[in-house]
Amino acid sequence: MAIEANGKTFETDEEGYLTNLGEWEPAVAEEMAKEDDLELTDEHWEIINFLREYYEEYQIAPAVRVLTKAVGKRLGKEKGNSKYLYALFPYGPGKQACRFAGLPKPTGCI
Amino acid sequence: MSEQIKKFMYINRRAPYGTIYAWESLEVVLIGAAFDQDVSLAFMDDGVYQLIKGQDTSEVDMKNFSPTYQALGDYDVTKLFVEKESLEERGLTLEDLMPLTYEDEDDDWAEKASIRLVSRAELADILEQQDVIFSF
Amino acid sequence: MSTLHTVNKSPFEKSSMESCLAYAKAGSSVLLYEDGIYGAIKGTTVAEKVTAKNGVNFYVLGPDLKARGVSEDKVVDGIEIVDYAKFVTLAAENDKVQAWV
Repeated sequence: MAIEANGKTFETDEEGYLTNLGEWEPAVAEEMAKEDDLELTDEHWEIINFLREYYEEYQIAPAVRVLTKAVGKRLGKEKGNSKYLYALFPYGPGKQACRFAGLPKPTGCI
Repeated sequence: MSEQIKKFMYINRRAPYGTIYAWESLEVVLIGAAFDQDVSLAFMDDGVYQLIKGQDTSEVDMKNFSPTYQALGDYDVTKLFVEKESLEERGLTLEDLMPLTYEDEDDDWAEKASIRLVSRAELADILEQQDVIFSF
Repeated sequence: MSTLHTVNKSPFEKSSMESCLAYAKAGSSVLLYEDGIYGAIKGTTVAEKVTAKNGVNFYVLGPDLKARGVSEDKVVDGIEIVDYAKFVTLAAENDKVQAWV
């Protein structure tokens, strides 16, 4: 599988996650969101960037409950809950947001 | 149905990069953490090498997964028992290991050390108390 | 006839290093790499055996030390830290390579 963005082709796995993490660029997230009928707002980007920073630091994509807790601590309580995160990412803040962020499927997401 | 919390122990006895065991163990621990059990990790024999600080795999073309141990606290895995004798036999001390910490929810998020240095005899007692033991 | 012996297993898990030390003759070279680098750390029973071995040149692969977080000051005095290029040179300089896997 592959996704076209910014005039380039990006290889993805069978679930739509980027094969090569290093290739990611914002246009990939925009394109993936379009395919999911979503328009990315600043609120989406805040979570996507947060995930990329988490991966940079710990080398894993966090499970959704870990993400929720970490967002609450870093970005404020009103954002660190599943209602807020699912409203932004209806297919799951772990799975969908990690995919947009160019990360692998979250470790510990079952 | 009553949910009974069991004591799960993951024993790590292998060096990090020569075989896949160390990384596999870490992944299983992170996935298993979703089940809300009482999880502990033990590092003995060559397993103590997994926690050495300053690992840098940039010249050997392998993923450096040592930063992931610091995420264990986020997954509520806060008990990492390191066997003292194994460290000493290998010319290492606690100072050579990553200063892993977790934030204690029950103590106003105070930052606490995850690594607990124990003797072989103490670790044997801890293993005795476990319900389930996974070996890597 | 000179031989380059290579060890890539941890001396605390496998007997490769011990057998290598028992077989390596004066004038030969021993290169530790991958998990074999753990045999180069000071202050262990393995290090004592390395120090006691006369007439053998010991080398350890730097990138594998670095990957495993073992700083150069922890390496036994007398073991030379080498890069990949030197590994190749050693293999070429010796008549044969014996791998203790």
